[in-house]
Amino acid sequence: MTVSSFPGILNSEWTKIRTVASTTWTLASALVVTVGSSAALCAVVSATLDDMTPQERLTFDPTMASFVGMTFGQLAMIVFGVLVVGTEYSSGMIRTSLAAVPRRVSFFFGKLTVATALALVVGLATSFLSFFLGQVILGDASVGIGGDNVLRAVIGGGLYMAMIALFSMGVAAILRGSVLAICMLIPFFLVISNILGGVPATRKWAQYLPDQAGAKIMQVVPGGMDGSTTTYGPWGGFGIMVLWTAAVVLGGYLVLKKRDA
Amino acid sequence: MIEAVGLTKRFGAKTAVDQLSFQVKPGHVTGFLGPNGSGKSTTMRMIVGLDRPTSGHVTINGRPFRDLPNAQRHVGALLDAKAVHGGRRARTHLLAVAQLSGIPEKRVDEVLAVVGLQDTARQRTKGFSLGMGQRLGIATALLGDPQVLLFDEPVNGLDPEGILWVRNLMRQLAAEGRTVFVSSHLMSEMALTADHLIVIGRGRLLAEMGTQEFITHNSAGFARVRAADTHPDGRDTMAAALTGAGARVLKEPDGALRVTGLELPHIADLAHGAGVRLWELSPHRASLEEAYMRLTQSSVEYASTEDPRAELWEPEPPSVPAWEDEEEAPQAPAAAFYAPPPPAAGGQPFLMPGSPGELAAAAKNHPEESR
Repeated sequence: MTVSSFPGILNSEWTKIRTVASTTWTLASALVVTVGSSAALCAVVSATLDDMTPQERLTFDPTMASFVGMTFGQLAMIVFGVLVVGTEYSSGMIRTSLAAVPRRVSFFFGKLTVATALALVVGLATSFLSFFLGQVILGDASVGIGGDNVLRAVIGGGLYMAMIALFSMGVAAILRGSVLAICMLIPFFLVISNILGGVPATRKWAQYLPDQAGAKIMQVVPGGMDGSTTTYGPWGGFGIMVLWTAAVVLGGYLVLKKRDA
Repeated sequence: MIEAVGLTKRFGAKTAVDQLSFQVKPGHVTGFLGPNGSGKSTTMRMIVGLDRPTSGHVTINGRPFRDLPNAQRHVGALLDAKAVHGGRRARTHLLAVAQLSGIPEKRVDEVLAVVGLQDTARQRTKGFSLGMGQRLGIATALLGDPQVLLFDEPVNGLDPEGILWVRNLMRQLAAEGRTVFVSSHLMSEMALTADHLIVIGRGRLLAEMGTQEFITHNSAGFARVRAADTHPDGRDTMAAALTGAGARVLKEPDGALRVTGLELPHIADLAHGAGVRLWELSPHRASLEEAYMRLTQSSVEYASTEDPRAELWEPEPPSVPAWEDEEEAPQAPAAAFYAPPPPAAGGQPFLMPGSPGELAAAAKNHPEESR
């Protein structure tokens, strides 16, 4: 069979993704950075547990605490997502690919499927590792995986990472390249979103930004840690992130479909 | 079979391809000629659906590229030798492209052998030379064993051996009944490779004909006849004799005659009969390159002009009239005319060590000078 079918495209994208070095180092650093910096924070919290006020102790969310490193780990995920799509453009590989597959819709969604699936696997490994290591370090303040909503939060950590990667792929497809996409996404998720979410005046609408909303899925104690309350629940927040991502991916697809490659 | 009908592509106000209609038939190598920027690559990109035509259409085996159910089995294209991810190895690059159409992995090794890259298959492509990139691109085009093949400037960056190989490959592919469409800006290369030519300039069709036909149409042969200078009216006598015999005679600026319509032995006989001594009687063929240049002259996109260097040079100061300061020009002895300049007095004309190690010794003695 030599029909340009969807399984063939998935095969091809899997070959592409596993044969470049950037895949390994971005995904490995997403895992290492998240687990490492989460563990470091948990160690700090564990050491200062006695200094907490009763109020702080009440809203302390040990699950969320073991995911704090994701703020930095997600940057590697962003780079992964951007590079998967962006290097097709910067290397010119897109022309070779499209001259072989006339159906751009299959090509685009095949690529996104493979890359997102890989990001999900690495994301889940990251969140489980991060959770268990964090709980071990927290000791007395820790929770078990069987606690209320804890498993949802841990799986949600993996979903969050996959969604961040997919969002980045969409942005790279809209911008048709890696450099501009990274220059926009990294400052946005590292600085701008956090500032907007941290300042009371802007928090009201910053809570609808993709990362702020999506991160709620990792929360077990409502309003825990940062003390902010939202108008949506954990799944609602993740749903908002999915909507953002869907919009960006659709935009990326339209750009690929309409523009000359 | 590739068929373009009224193919037009505009980028903003610039028309890259203008109402282009042509057919590329199977069983031949068809050369696609035009100066840089004449729209060759844009046309090729439209054939494989990378660019959408502004108007008109182009089909492969009767269908637009985007409607081909199994594109790689119908058409293979080398558009840009550098369109590969540099971090990927040659073999995995080909494998990824092959898998797009479910082409078996065995085929990858076959095409690697065809283009002679089997020993470099495991190297990352960023280390590839342009010639190796071209070979990899040709391998990509051959993957699906397609009936229609497009090659955009395939011999760029290839060594003479590689050029010969590409030429033979194209001919062989055409002999197998495939449609082979090769673009180039080199007429001389196309004259050797292509059976059929499509010439464009500024996006417009200038000529579409067989290569032989193009050559006979565009390159008239002539003979150059030069009568001996020693006889003042030798040239005129000769010209009269030639015209009398029915030849067309043009006078060249240096005094030679350009003769068309007569064979060389006949010209020699005429000279002998007229009693004119000849210093030159030589056959000439206007090169195909010249014919092509004439054809595309008006449509060259990037014509060069004299570099005026207006701001870079000060105007020459008014020179002293020659008669005010007339001096005898030094007479160079005729025999020494071609001799190299004599060495400067007492010194060496060039920095040449008299014995090995002399320079090194000098450098050691004066380290600050030699730096």
